[in-house]
Amino acid sequence: MRKTLKNRLELTGIYLIVLLMFLIISYPLLWTISLSLNPGSSLFSSSLIPENWSFVHYNWLFNDPSSNYLLWYKNTLFVATITSIASVVVVAFVAFAFSRYEFVGRKYGIYSFLLLQMFPVLMGMVAIYLLLNTVGLLDSLWGLVIIYIGGGLPMNAFLVKGYFDTIPRDLDESAKIDGAGHFRIFFQILLPLAKPIIAVVALFNFMSPFMDFLLPRIILRSPEKFTLALGLFNFINDKFANNFTRFAAGAVLIAVPIAIVFLFLQRYLISGLADGATKG
Amino acid sequence: MKPQSEMTADRRFSSHKPIAAVLLSILPGLGQLYNRRWIKGILFLVLSFAMLGLLYDFMNIGFWGIYTLGTIPMEDDSRSLLVQGLLSVLVTLFLAVFYVYNLIDAYKDASKLKQGFKFPSVSEGARLTWDRGFPYFMVLPGLFILTFVVIFPLVFMIALAFTNYNMYNSPPAKLLDWVGFENFTVLFTDPSWRSSLISVLSWTIIWTFVSTTLQIAVAMGLAVMVNDARVKFKKLIRTIFILPWAVPSFVTILIFAAMFNDGFGAINRELLAPFGISIPWLSDPTWSRISIIMIQVWLGFPFVFALFSGVLQSVSKDWYEAAEVDGGSRWDKFRHITLPHVMYATAPLLIMQYAGNFNNFNVIYLFNEGGPPVRGQMAGGTDILISWVYKLTFENNNYKMAAVISIIMGVIVAILALLQFRRSRSFREEKMF
Repeated sequence: MRKTLKNRLELTGIYLIVLLMFLIISYPLLWTISLSLNPGSSLFSSSLIPENWSFVHYNWLFNDPSSNYLLWYKNTLFVATITSIASVVVVAFVAFAFSRYEFVGRKYGIYSFLLLQMFPVLMGMVAIYLLLNTVGLLDSLWGLVIIYIGGGLPMNAFLVKGYFDTIPRDLDESAKIDGAGHFRIFFQILLPLAKPIIAVVALFNFMSPFMDFLLPRIILRSPEKFTLALGLFNFINDKFANNFTRFAAGAVLIAVPIAIVFLFLQRYLISGLADGATKG
Repeated sequence: MKPQSEMTADRRFSSHKPIAAVLLSILPGLGQLYNRRWIKGILFLVLSFAMLGLLYDFMNIGFWGIYTLGTIPMEDDSRSLLVQGLLSVLVTLFLAVFYVYNLIDAYKDASKLKQGFKFPSVSEGARLTWDRGFPYFMVLPGLFILTFVVIFPLVFMIALAFTNYNMYNSPPAKLLDWVGFENFTVLFTDPSWRSSLISVLSWTIIWTFVSTTLQIAVAMGLAVMVNDARVKFKKLIRTIFILPWAVPSFVTILIFAAMFNDGFGAINRELLAPFGISIPWLSDPTWSRISIIMIQVWLGFPFVFALFSGVLQSVSKDWYEAAEVDGGSRWDKFRHITLPHVMYATAPLLIMQYAGNFNNFNVIYLFNEGGPPVRGQMAGGTDILISWVYKLTFENNNYKMAAVISIIMGVIVAILALLQFRRSRSFREEKMF
């Protein structure tokens, strides 16, 4: 009898804590949604449950002539698509070499990738700015693409290499005996088996331009070249005309699709990270 | 390997001299020609003349530039000279590797020729090169991008720390000069720089340690709780706990910044007002720090939680049953089975979490721009090293000091990375058994 009572109390305790966490997690998220439905433009008048609902901000983003939202969406899609495809190609090549070949500098290459992955791109900002300026890629989406590919490379290569390592070597050994060349082994044996991690790398590279505002802020100057995150950031960073509710509306429109994709993919990312880190 | 018969087939070149080949190869290609490797020799010759012709001017200016950083104000831009100079150094390194390869190649081919080794035909030679060079070809594009986007900027940044580049002395109007370790001396001896550095550095360490550890502790507690066999709807609970990670962080941080606003933020207005409390979240350094740590825990625990949940599900039930037979309490089981197992499996990723928070620019900058300002100091109350570097670079244009502080950061990150290596390596060795 006492045991079941204790049991029940414990379980209630756990559920209470879980419930509390739910509240803490959902409070700011719900607040964002309600903010986006508030007709005003400032934080003063807004409350968690709006008195009068309205889609005026969503409407503004899409239909107002002074809104660049769709243009920003297009820019971001452009950057995201190219970054994602190019990253996958470059990263898969590098990972293939590191996983399957012995060559001079392999060991130190892996270590330096591990090291470089810890340095934020931000540390070399001044040089990147000057370098892009010299080659005329400042205020250009292509400049942004190149930095994204390079900045994400060590981390991504590490993930994919970790996954390649889990694919048995016997497979490519036997293919080699059958006379398959390097590329054939790569494209017909490794890549099809590594589809999950390739998909994850592609998707995360696709998503990061939607979430990053800092690099675009340093590289892009003209509003018609902004990406979504930078454009939204400027809604509230503008000292004289900050518009929090409009920001919230734009943010909800990026956050919802990203969150959905993310929830589907996170377990691949977790297992990929765990493999990469323990086997590197 | 070639069959024995071919190795001994030819004795015509038994007096061939490898040393002569090396000496001739001082001009790349000649040694190869002497070795009767015509195509390779011509290729090397043409390549080295082309390099010399194409790059001579660039590198000449580059080396002059990196040495003097320009001599005529308004006309020489020290920054582009520095870029060109560093590129020249990089190119020189690449060429040096090629040159050494050329010498070794001449020597090896000559000794093979002397032993009567028959060289493969052109097409076979090409195939061999392709085979042996394959991994290099694969790494090359990545290495190229990495060099320009990550490595070169870091080297450039290091170089800036030894110049006098700031707002008052900036190209193209003025020339830069090499100043040796002067900037480092100023940082460590000038009272206001030193006090700023000490307070930012100590807050960075506290921030990294407290926020990451709290993040891990919260995640661990929740993961163990949700993993309890009696809890229902596990999948739903886990999905909701991961939400803060799934929503782009720049959105949530900005929303938090609004919610914590002293005057009209939701926290003061909705949650604390009924108790008659109003906390200066953004204008008081201590409260700012507390709120920023809370926000980071909110943002960061889901990743660790997901990680732990995955590992927990893989812990064998037999171990717990064995512990129960031995009469171990629940705390014993956690302490001796769960904790070591989870920590062991995730240690490298947890170290990466510490490194991530050490460099967590987004939270600090978006929440309060590193503020509030602190009297007598150059950095704000919540500024960590990286946000301070950002401010020095883009707000104060004090590039030289930003570079010096970046170097200090780099050293700390490298130490963390070293820890990480040792972990990963010990892992690999464990796996062999």
